[in-house]
Amino acid sequence: MKNRASVVVIGGGVVGNSIAYNLAKRGVEDVVLVERSFLASGATGRCGAGVRQQWGTRQNCLLARESMKVFENFKDTLNVNVDIELKQKGYLLLAYSNNELEQFKKNIKVQNSLGIPSKLVTPQEAKYIVPDLNTDKLIGGAFCPTDGHANPFKVTYGYSKAAENLGVEINKFTEVNEIKTEKGKIIGVQTNKGFIETSKVVDAAGGWSQQIAKMVNAELPVYSERHEILVTEPIKPVLDPMLMSFSYNIYCQQTPDGSFIMGYGPDNEPPSFDMHSSWQFLETMSKKAVWLLPPLNKLRIIRQWAGLYNMSPDKQPIVSKIKEVENFYVACGFSGHGFMIAPAIGVLMADIITESDLTYNVVLDIERYKRGEIISEPSVV
Amino acid sequence: MDENKVIICRCEDVTLAEIRNLIKQGFTTVEEIKRLVRSGMGPCQGKTCGLLIAREIAEITNTSIEKIEIQNMRPPYGGVTFEEVIAGDTIEE
Repeated sequence: MKNRASVVVIGGGVVGNSIAYNLAKRGVEDVVLVERSFLASGATGRCGAGVRQQWGTRQNCLLARESMKVFENFKDTLNVNVDIELKQKGYLLLAYSNNELEQFKKNIKVQNSLGIPSKLVTPQEAKYIVPDLNTDKLIGGAFCPTDGHANPFKVTYGYSKAAENLGVEINKFTEVNEIKTEKGKIIGVQTNKGFIETSKVVDAAGGWSQQIAKMVNAELPVYSERHEILVTEPIKPVLDPMLMSFSYNIYCQQTPDGSFIMGYGPDNEPPSFDMHSSWQFLETMSKKAVWLLPPLNKLRIIRQWAGLYNMSPDKQPIVSKIKEVENFYVACGFSGHGFMIAPAIGVLMADIITESDLTYNVVLDIERYKRGEIISEPSVV
Repeated sequence: MDENKVIICRCEDVTLAEIRNLIKQGFTTVEEIKRLVRSGMGPCQGKTCGLLIAREIAEITNTSIEKIEIQNMRPPYGGVTFEEVIAGDTIEE
């Protein structure tokens, strides 16, 4: 392991790897990434593997659209031979009230203005897209045919490979114990495998980002929360799009290998680092899924797991430097949608670290909470 | 023995050659290999391939097999249908 780095990125999830790659692409030399376990072992590898552009705010649509461009041209853009199993069969968002449908209409306007090809659908059209869908109580929906699925492990692996090709050193199974500072400036990172002298640190530790920040006495306004998920045995393709409802609270998709993967947002889940599965989730999830897609009834569930959402006050990412410590950067608070925008986040963080103008016109800095500029995104599960 | 014809994970059709290739590339844990080629993600949940892969890792990395961790066992223990889980209970929305 190198004992000196220009930048140390902490966290080997998709965000950390995307940042490391983008820094190297800008010509930053001696970037070192450290990961406590294996790559994508945290939230990245535990997520629902969905990639969508149907958001309610302009900046989320923009980040998602720009990220989708990378997913669509992954091998050429990153110059790596990694198949990310992109499946663009759409996201079908379901509306069960007029308010919800009105919100979709507003969102679609924003999306269309950015060239995202989403549209409103009737319950009949929804049934045409998903023949097995229970349309009871459904009053409409929104559909974007270019949304879909990508494999989080492969995307992370692709970014790490591309980063390595550009000279980044990736250190797996390397845990950060301490970030050493002197007079408010970072002087290095102490890991279980040795000391790395550096003046710049990026905290991309996902569910543990607030703990990394504590090492430099910074309090991040984020906490972690368990979200559970399950997967079934694989069957032939029968469900094209990701199905999602904010009010019914569910997401469910069939991945390219044929298995169904699904989850919902928990009620009153306390902040924790708990990643255990519960029987309560299994039961509620099963009822929700079978009501929405009745033929699932006969399918076998083969695995359940959980991961951590790193929640921010407005459920939007924080991609920022911080005031307390010079050259300490954070990419955290993704609140359950980090994977699908990770390509754009890497670009933004590289802008911030190299002190360039932001490539995308977005506001994700941590000071927004003090300014009262809360981002109100209506479309999160 | 042609390692391209030896199936290590029969749920996901993963060959011995694929496993050995990944280990040689530096993926020396059962968990990493699982995520890259889906070994252990099928219906048996790695109950067949887990130990076989651990043995390959031990041999190639010259480590004693006791030191190789097998993958996390995740619930349910065996495949269970949605129908069995909900046992006639349905949702009222």
